Amino acid sequence: MNTAFILAVAILCPLAGFLVNFLFGNKMPKGLVSIVGCGSILVALVMNIILFANALNGPETITYFNWIHAGSFSVDFSFLIDRLSVLMLLIITGVGFLIHLYSVGYMHDDDAYFRYFAYLNLFVFFMQMLVMGANYLIAFIGWEGVGLCSYLLIGFWYKNTGYNNAAKKAFIMNRIGDLGFLIGIFWIFNQFGSINYKEVFAGAQGFIINNNYNDTVIIFITVLLFVGAIGKSAQIPLYTWLPDAMAGPTPVSALIHAATMVTAGIYVIVRSHVLYSLSPFTQDIIAIVGITTAFFAATIGLAQNDIKKVLAYSTVSQLGYMFVALGVGAYGSGMFHLMTHAFFKALLFLCAGSVIHAMGGEQDMRVMGGLRKKLPITFITMLTGTLAISGIPPFAGFFSKDEILAKAYEHNPILWVVGLITAVITAVYMFRMLFLTFYGNFRGDAHQESHLHESPSTMTIPLMVLAVLSLIGGFVGIPEVFGGKHILNDYFAPIFSDIATVPHTGTALSHSMEFILMAISVGLVLIAIYFASRMFIKKTAEGMDEEPKGFAKLLANKYYVDEIYDAIIVKPADWFSGFIYRFLELDFIDGIVNGVGRATTYSGKTIRKLQTGHIGFYLFAMTICIVILILINNFFIS
Amino acid sequence: MGVLLRRNIIIIFMSVELMLNSVNLLFTAFSAYSSNPAGQIFVFFVMVVAAAEIAIGLAIVIMIHRNTKTVDVNEWSKLKG
Repeated sequence: MNTAFILAVAILCPLAGFLVNFLFGNKMPKGLVSIVGCGSILVALVMNIILFANALNGPETITYFNWIHAGSFSVDFSFLIDRLSVLMLLIITGVGFLIHLYSVGYMHDDDAYFRYFAYLNLFVFFMQMLVMGANYLIAFIGWEGVGLCSYLLIGFWYKNTGYNNAAKKAFIMNRIGDLGFLIGIFWIFNQFGSINYKEVFAGAQGFIINNNYNDTVIIFITVLLFVGAIGKSAQIPLYTWLPDAMAGPTPVSALIHAATMVTAGIYVIVRSHVLYSLSPFTQDIIAIVGITTAFFAATIGLAQNDIKKVLAYSTVSQLGYMFVALGVGAYGSGMFHLMTHAFFKALLFLCAGSVIHAMGGEQDMRVMGGLRKKLPITFITMLTGTLAISGIPPFAGFFSKDEILAKAYEHNPILWVVGLITAVITAVYMFRMLFLTFYGNFRGDAHQESHLHESPSTMTIPLMVLAVLSLIGGFVGIPEVFGGKHILNDYFAPIFSDIATVPHTGTALSHSMEFILMAISVGLVLIAIYFASRMFIKKTAEGMDEEPKGFAKLLANKYYVDEIYDAIIVKPADWFSGFIYRFLELDFIDGIVNGVGRATTYSGKTIRKLQTGHIGFYLFAMTICIVILILINNFFIS
Repeated sequence: MGVLLRRNIIIIFMSVELMLNSVNLLFTAFSAYSSNPAGQIFVFFVMVVAAAEIAIGLAIVIMIHRNTKTVDVNEWSKLKG
């Protein structure tokens, strides 16, 4: 088995799963649908593990055929297997497989069971295309494909208008970013004469050698690609679709809107790191956008009552952290956080799904409480996830988040301060969620209480696996302070070697300094958790429903960002469309169309009087006309 | 004049045929006069077309006559606009 074959199997398996389930799924028993759905991902996972082993020996480009060839523009249908893409592949198919497995339990009595698995498989297929493509165009196919699957899955329960609107919102907001991405690709081709990663980055090396930083064209290219990343990875100002995307089934939120698709933006930037290293200006923008989003989303997360909305805002916030890492040039740290985040956020979402499952579809934390005894496995796994995201050692989130914070401190202490505050807020809202859900007394009605049950094993096994990963996932990146070996940095070293000559801003931290920073963040987070426990453990049903006031109200309404967008973009667009409709459409275009009809009718009415029905008259007219023609012919033409 | 003034469709047809034949006669006469055979060949074409035309025309007249029991063209004014 050569690499090309393995790769083809890895990519085509989910596609085959999609086709089988989509075309024949409604006639197949649910068991068979699950086997096809999960099995195809499992095969892809196994293939990706083989690819992973291969990629350790060095990158490999596999070309299947020449896809587009027009003039100097040539695109191969080829895939790039290197350490970066296989790591993403492992995350996608690994976490993806667990979520597929979980979905078997979660979706078991849904009518459109087969459709759900078909879409999920299609998503994995496109995500693999996005990650593995060896040029920007293949990546763009995947990019659009995952957007489509996201739309289909958010609107999965299509009978609910609100869910459909959420799906449309996600799709349209992504389009804004996609446009930036597309223009960025055009510009790359214009500048480098190719859109293959290899040739583009080779061309970019010329800039590094000439010490040509902040070139205008490069700034535009990187900013445009970043606009695409903003859309996909839900950063300010295009983040509002992600919380609304929680309308989809919970495993979908876990897979698409937490673990994989939203990290596509991060991946594209890491992939193009050579270009970004050439443009410190864009990097500053990225860092600022990232840290603002991280802080902003975290504060909103404080006041949400929907368990999935809290997690959605925390996803936005964590993605902000990753962008901060990219902005300060710590691409490895960004990928590290991406990986750990995929583990613990998928875990948290699946736990939330388990809670919602037990509550019979209820998502409001105000009517939960005291679920610890009824859902012990869910509780323990969710506690693991919460500790991980809050950055408590030795859980995964601690290593990745503190690495980013340390790198941010090297770059600019202000970034570190805001990042630290965000980390503290993260701990508060995550533990608020945990305490409201699992501690205190049950606040729902008796019917819900009797329905409470632990989820079936297809749901709890993925939870446990992910919990273990959240616990040990950070050990691949133990900082040198603890005398550990940073395996992930060594792993990525060949990928980032091409920017080794780029001058680094800021000075490396001494070990003692790094240790102090770590101690500060962990200490503050622990204090935050203590306060959260004082505030939220003993919450009773009374006092939960009162209207929030002042700043809390602002937070609960998400800073009114949706309303602002509505006022400054949607309303004018609406008004303008109405204007176009009334004047241009009704008066102008309809006028032309109806006018043509009316003119035809009128002229017909007039001319038909000539048709007298007297054959003698026709013959007479014919003769006269012939005579006239002959006269004209004789006197005027010759 | 027969074409324009008569009301019987059969007479009109006969007049048309006469006109065609007169044209044929002119063709042959001038062709013989200027010793150019093209005119005589053209006559054959005219005869063929005239035969086809009269066949179709008479067929139409018969069909209309079956419905209206008349051959007077002034009675056939049902199609006026």
